[in-house]
Amino acid sequence: MLMYHTSYWRLSKIMLIVKILLIIILAPIIGGLLTGVDRIISARLQGRQGPPVLQPFYDVLKLLQKESIEVNLMHRFFIYISLIFVMFTTVIMLLGGDILLAIFALTLGSIFFVLGGYASNSPYSLIGSERELLQMMAYEPMVLIAAVSLYYTNHSFFIKNIVSHDLPAIVFLPGVFLGLIYILTIKLRKSPFDFSMSHHGHQEIVQGITTEYSGTDLAIIEITHWYESIIALTLVYVFFAAKSPMSHLLAIIACIIVYLFEILVDNCFARVKWQHALNTSWVITAVLSIVNLAILSFFM
Amino acid sequence: MNAITVLILFPLISSALIYLVRQENVRDILVRLCAIVTAALSLYVVCRNFKHGLKFSYGQEHIIDIVLMILEILIAIYIISVGLKNRKWIISFLALVQTSLMVWFELTQKSGIEVHNAIILDKLSSIMVLIVGIIGSLICIYAVGYMKSYHIHHSEYKERKSFFFSVLFLFLSAMFGIVLSNNLTVMYFCWELTSLSSFLLIGYTKTAEAKQNSCKALAINLFGGLGFCLAIIILGMKYQTIELSTLVSMEPGAVVLVIAFLLCIAALTKSAQFPFSSWLLGAMVAPTPSSALLHSATMVKAGVYLIIRIAPLLGITIVGRIVTLIGGLTFLLCSFMAIQQSDGKKILAYSTIANLGLIVLCASAGTQESLWAAILLVIFHSVSKSLLFLSVGSIEHQIGSRNVEDMDILLKVSRRLCLYMMIGISGMFLAPFGMLISKWVAMKAFIDSNNFFVVVILAYGSSATLFYWAKWLGKLASNASTKRKEKHKFHLDEEVPIFLQAVLVVISCFSFPLISQQVLIPYLTDVFKVEPIIPIGTSDVTIMLVMLSMLIVLPISFIPLYKNDNRRIVPIYMAGENTGDNTTFYGFAGEKQKVQLRNWYMENYFGKLPLALIGNLIAIGLLCLCIILLIGGLVR
Repeated sequence: MLMYHTSYWRLSKIMLIVKILLIIILAPIIGGLLTGVDRIISARLQGRQGPPVLQPFYDVLKLLQKESIEVNLMHRFFIYISLIFVMFTTVIMLLGGDILLAIFALTLGSIFFVLGGYASNSPYSLIGSERELLQMMAYEPMVLIAAVSLYYTNHSFFIKNIVSHDLPAIVFLPGVFLGLIYILTIKLRKSPFDFSMSHHGHQEIVQGITTEYSGTDLAIIEITHWYESIIALTLVYVFFAAKSPMSHLLAIIACIIVYLFEILVDNCFARVKWQHALNTSWVITAVLSIVNLAILSFFM
Repeated sequence: MNAITVLILFPLISSALIYLVRQENVRDILVRLCAIVTAALSLYVVCRNFKHGLKFSYGQEHIIDIVLMILEILIAIYIISVGLKNRKWIISFLALVQTSLMVWFELTQKSGIEVHNAIILDKLSSIMVLIVGIIGSLICIYAVGYMKSYHIHHSEYKERKSFFFSVLFLFLSAMFGIVLSNNLTVMYFCWELTSLSSFLLIGYTKTAEAKQNSCKALAINLFGGLGFCLAIIILGMKYQTIELSTLVSMEPGAVVLVIAFLLCIAALTKSAQFPFSSWLLGAMVAPTPSSALLHSATMVKAGVYLIIRIAPLLGITIVGRIVTLIGGLTFLLCSFMAIQQSDGKKILAYSTIANLGLIVLCASAGTQESLWAAILLVIFHSVSKSLLFLSVGSIEHQIGSRNVEDMDILLKVSRRLCLYMMIGISGMFLAPFGMLISKWVAMKAFIDSNNFFVVVILAYGSSATLFYWAKWLGKLASNASTKRKEKHKFHLDEEVPIFLQAVLVVISCFSFPLISQQVLIPYLTDVFKVEPIIPIGTSDVTIMLVMLSMLIVLPISFIPLYKNDNRRIVPIYMAGENTGDNTTFYGFAGEKQKVQLRNWYMENYFGKLPLALIGNLIAIGLLCLCIILLIGGLVR
């Protein structure tokens, strides 16, 4: 009996490690593919042919071979630590861990990214860092409220419990979900809210936080962004998944639709002023979440 | 029992001794010695009585009462004369009213009232004793080094160091009195004593501004003291008791709620909540050790301590709801106001008020989970905030400014100080550190009690908090080059306490599951008679400890990478106009101009609204509403 237990325990440990490794390897691959698709669709919307789907990977491989130059000895370490914490967040989320803790870990990662911008002490990086902080201030309330609302409907912060409920969370929290979609534009670094660093050359103040990064370091920033896309889409997934297997399919479709929608928004809007982003996201967060939760508390 | 008496009286005796010694070297040694003994005494008292707690009475209460009354009258005479001298009539008036009320109560009404437990040492007071004893004495030791540099940098002020140190120790004694006594009249006496020491320390420099601010602080705190005094009188006349523990165990009826409300007024003034918050900002003119000790780590905690004590009377009652809203309002608005500040000490002051608001919010909600969060917040906030204050004090002496904008050279000036500062700031808002854990539990507690409006307030306040701390952290990380060569002495008296507090911040994060198990759970079980559910599961605790270890290990693991680094270092990008030294660029007509990098303060965004005025008006409105509802309750 004891033998069985130990071997079972050991097996589950090995399984866990395999799972973690798979998440760490697969998440950026899917994230990179999404970016590739994004670039093709954006190109077609603009009447261009666009690069191949694997172009983001070619870019990163190319960057890894380039010489990395730097402005001081410190600033690249912040980027590395940022990547590690974003990976950590992805693992917590995809293993079904505590959603609020995952958000806190993600915040820590983002703060290190911001510090990376500060550490290079360059004017353009500093502007990028300030704007990144502003974006964080704009989206943080909504993300926190979304996590707490999910807890409100399921009495658990654990994603694995939230996705095994009878009804998907979207039934109870349509308002919160809409608010989340709004700030997801910021999180995915899409126009009109891509203040700190953008993929659109024409509306960028040099390169924001990434101005002083090159070669390997720039490749790492790109990979971090792939992980972040997966984290953002997991937040969408959690709203749709429930006990039945069909709902998980539905959740994946929802993620794809949301991502396509974000691409469309990205191509339809020019960057707005930061005041606009902060005002609208705070007002939308407050109105949608309070109305949604008020109605919910009335019925529950 | 005797140890506790010694604990309360020892700082008092030290205070008198230090005041008498005028020789600098002797006094410095005496201050260090007394501080160490105070810390050791508080550790001893807590360790010895930790398991079972302690309740006792001296049996000669009437003698103590008479002594305290005489002292009270003497203090009142002093305060009244101060009020008359500075033409602040309100101070004289408040002191006169409350002292005559108290004397009248003592002489005519109190004869039948017996005190069964004059002193109670339970888990909560143990924690407070440790905070006051250990952090308080660390700050006193720090003050020895700080005041040396202070008078070198500010030769315009008259040196009154004996006075300064002796007031610090007087304050420690009063603080022990507040957290240990169960007899409300003794607690009230110590409460007034802390107000007085705050007044004396704010006015240390004797400038016009210091006088103005110290009088303001005294007036507001005396107003709170009046509330305290009325609460005691009503309690004594109506229920024939002056014990805090008896009050807490009563049913929250109409009269009990009035008493709770009056005590809450006292607590809100002491903890500088809206509409009484302005005095704490003014208090920042005092030398930094006193700001650290009184205005962030301990004295302002007396207010929230009182609210935590009477939490069973608050909860879902009118008073509880109103106080919760005031706490939430303070947390939210002060977090916004902190964004606009660039003076380091001002940021710390606003953040202190905001965090006290958070603690008031949690404590007054009165559920087990929210109290869990409140007590943890008290611990973590005291440790991190005093570290931050002490660091800012030393930074001011090192770089000659406490403006956040000037701290970008700190990494070049003093690497250690920069690291301590970063630990302190991380402790205030980042993931595996204490303040965030408590904030997390607070959110859970409020959604559990269906109070989603407060959850929304918490979410917004937290994101503003993130903004102002992160930009400060960024300035510290920015590693700007400086040409300054001169080095200021970083006294060992300053460094040792700062180092120990930084260690305390990290240790408190590692040990919070232990604190929860050993202190919070037994205390909450005792208060509510139900075993509380631990708000954070073991798996989450493990993940957080992993994160904390990562934060410590990762930077160290980069050192080998750093060693064989042979990358090309280039000048920073300035659109091709960098002159090559990274601090200047070619401006108009090829002239060299200095690069100035500034953080965002959003004056045009948040600054347009008179946030303080809005906060005060709403808070006054809420208090008036509460009074009307209470009167309604009494009439019915």
